[in-house]
Amino acid sequence: MASWKPYTEMTVVGSRQPRIDGPEKVTGRAKYTWDQRPPGMLYGALLTSPYAAAKLISIDATKARALVGVHAVLTDVHPTGNVRFAGEYVAAVAAVDKQVALDAVALIEVKWNERSHVVTLWDAIEEGAPRVFADQENVKENDRGEGDVEAGFAEAEQIVEAEFFTQVQTHSPLETHGSVAAWEGDELTVWDSTQAVHGVREGLAKALEMPANKVRVICQHMGGGFGAKLGPGAYTVIAAKLAQAAAAPVQLMLSRKDQHLSVGNRPDSWQKLKLGATKDGRCTAFECTTWGSGGIGGRGGVPQPYVYQFPAWKQKHHNVATNTGGARAFRAPGRPQACFAMEQIIDEMAWTLGLDPLEVRLLNDGNETRQAQWKIGAERIDWQRWRQRQPGAGAGPIKRGVGMGASIWFTGGRGTKAQMDILSDGTVEVRCGTQDIGTGTRTLIAAVAAEELGLPIEAVQARIGDSNFPFSGGSGGSTTAPSVAPAIKVTAENGKAELAAVVARHLGIATTELTFDGGTVRTASGQSLSWREACALLGATTISVQGEWQEGLSGSNVAGCQFAEVEVDTETGRIDVIKVVAVADCGLIVDRLTTESQVNGAIIQGVSYALLEERVMDADTGRMVNADFENYKILGALEVPEIDVILYDQPERGVIGIGEPPTIPTSAAVANAVFHATGVRLRELPMTPDKVLAALEEA
Amino acid sequence: MSQRELDQDQGQEETASAVSRRGFLKGMGGGLLGTATVGTGLLGEEVGAAVSGPPTLSGPQRITLSINGKRTQVEVEPRTTLLEALRDRLNLTGSKEVCDRGQCGACTVLLDDKAILGCMMLAVNVGEREVTTVEGLAEEGEMSELQAAFVQQDALMCGFCTPGFVVSAEALLRSNPNPTAEQIRQGVSGNLCRCGTYPKVFEAIEVAAKNRRGR
Repeated sequence: MASWKPYTEMTVVGSRQPRIDGPEKVTGRAKYTWDQRPPGMLYGALLTSPYAAAKLISIDATKARALVGVHAVLTDVHPTGNVRFAGEYVAAVAAVDKQVALDAVALIEVKWNERSHVVTLWDAIEEGAPRVFADQENVKENDRGEGDVEAGFAEAEQIVEAEFFTQVQTHSPLETHGSVAAWEGDELTVWDSTQAVHGVREGLAKALEMPANKVRVICQHMGGGFGAKLGPGAYTVIAAKLAQAAAAPVQLMLSRKDQHLSVGNRPDSWQKLKLGATKDGRCTAFECTTWGSGGIGGRGGVPQPYVYQFPAWKQKHHNVATNTGGARAFRAPGRPQACFAMEQIIDEMAWTLGLDPLEVRLLNDGNETRQAQWKIGAERIDWQRWRQRQPGAGAGPIKRGVGMGASIWFTGGRGTKAQMDILSDGTVEVRCGTQDIGTGTRTLIAAVAAEELGLPIEAVQARIGDSNFPFSGGSGGSTTAPSVAPAIKVTAENGKAELAAVVARHLGIATTELTFDGGTVRTASGQSLSWREACALLGATTISVQGEWQEGLSGSNVAGCQFAEVEVDTETGRIDVIKVVAVADCGLIVDRLTTESQVNGAIIQGVSYALLEERVMDADTGRMVNADFENYKILGALEVPEIDVILYDQPERGVIGIGEPPTIPTSAAVANAVFHATGVRLRELPMTPDKVLAALEEA
Repeated sequence: MSQRELDQDQGQEETASAVSRRGFLKGMGGGLLGTATVGTGLLGEEVGAAVSGPPTLSGPQRITLSINGKRTQVEVEPRTTLLEALRDRLNLTGSKEVCDRGQCGACTVLLDDKAILGCMMLAVNVGEREVTTVEGLAEEGEMSELQAAFVQQDALMCGFCTPGFVVSAEALLRSNPNPTAEQIRQGVSGNLCRCGTYPKVFEAIEVAAKNRRGR
């Protein structure tokens, strides 16, 4: 089975490597989908449904078509004419510039028959609520469980019951979704802001009923996705059709508002939990009833019981449909919701029993990695000192406290293929059809290839983000690094073997006598050739090899824990997250610098989810009322806590994905810290000042 | 008024409000063309003046912009924002469009030495002032010290917000070469990053400031 060398024998992998595409990004040279300008390109714009539920009666685009500068108008964009959320795409325009396109959209006249709608989970589960889909109930129930729950509760000496709510969060990548489509004869090239160039190719070919090999999808740089860009978008299909109708390339990028409305979100949740434990804190049974609304997508899963292993448990879950945009995978789907509730009820159990919350966790946590992580994190935040402080005990209006939370994420990755060319001038090029969604994949590829060939990272040209390159799956589920890194290593091994054969033949020795390092090829007897000299032996030929993912180089089941220190102003209700200590399971780290950035970012998104973000729907009009960045608030520079990242390295497990896990426990740790600070529990996200004040008032 | 009428009414209002921002800016553009300063005092004056019918611009306008040290002619509509002029007319796509209403900082450029939002200024209002975009900070394609510090500290992830952060940081360091940690945070507080790169951005600005002082 393939294996990595120990860190001590590697010079590139495991070090701190600045991103190889950093210079392009800081100088503005990096071209995102928004920045593509193929010659003759037109600008697209969408007309969207103002209603949450309505039947399209007619569309009249006569005036729009007559507007100077308009090259194409599509009025058959909606597949059925039955719209189910405000923001569904209804018509589209391509024009010489963005303003003309928007003018044209405003000239399209639409007649609607409005139907009644439900846009909140609460309204949708009420008896007699309007149905989102005429032929099905709004609520779908499923039951899961293990062990004898009644016996478990009978054995319990303490029972805690509590309800929790989490909000709908939108992905809000800074680059909105969108595509640029350009036809050349019957072949289509699409620049797409996507997490899956191959997935978009397949989906687009299917939607357009054309051969997949005639579609090429390119994504050199993309401005964030967080799970919302894993598949082909309706906007991509529309861009391709507009380009066809206008006989010119068309760029169709979503507005910020449409991004909030129509391309995914993290579903909300309502969770009623019941936990039983013995006096010493050993949990005996867990039961919960949960609801989650994924809009018209339906999926609103809450994977309970999360993190902890209970001898008996059951869950009755309800997926609830509403007239809102469908949920999509969002950085560890379901987990932050589940963690927020689970980590609070565990905490509540511990404080209720007069036990140390850390000890109760250690007692109920069967994960070996996390047993070690809890102790590391506790020491770093100085939990032994903090635990002496009783909840809400601090004097004065400003209170401080510390809370904790844990995470588990299951996926590894597989299936990636890659290609490497070694040219006679010494240049090395790796091609892989993955994409860099901001995690540093391009850098990871160059680092792994350079390590294997004994070259500096700059010597490797990593080419990605093109469906014409060897297959790699979507960048979701934290699968990219564990899927891509092994494929690159294997491919580079193959390239090295071919070059070694050429050198060995030239020197008349066995390939086993050769080593590659420091940009030099050495023989056992002390002879050496520079990399360039070795490659020059190729003459007029090029080494061109392939490779693919192999077992043994990557791992899964990513554990982690976090401790948050907060300050709560009990007069204004404001929560400041002062510090977060994160112990992150990293397996073998390819690039320490970008790994740290991933963990930082995950925590910052977690704090943002904990304190600020919330999609607000107006029940009467059925619309989102805060579909911008002023009223839908994401964390800014002034709210960033001190972050202490501890990369819990286990190189023997191979490369694992780190993108999602560290965002999971942050909101739970913050909520537990707020309890520790104030003695009051906040069971609803986001923990805004009004909720803090209301909870303090009630206490 | 029935619910439906109410909704329709609000639908129109929504469209109208999108247009009215442009309309508002358009009015401003006509009134302010040729003046060198923009301030709240002037705004009041212009709104007052609008009643008596100031000259307004309409149709394509040929203007000259001074961008990254070069004078460039460009044809724009009066309602064209500076950001659109840069991105869609001049192919300077480093400045990004993210919110299109001054909420995120991704389109930050320098107007003389001051950071402004390209989406909140009309191209016809720029006048003689020198515009510097993120591309203009890298002389002959060479990264500036600040840009190099961003790369070195990994002060970028997806990179979409990065040009805005770099330009805001440049404006900060021009006005305050020795910023405190708090001033650095304040200096980029108008820029949003969804990947959560902030801690490394703070580090990069600190490193760049130190390097500049050491020169």
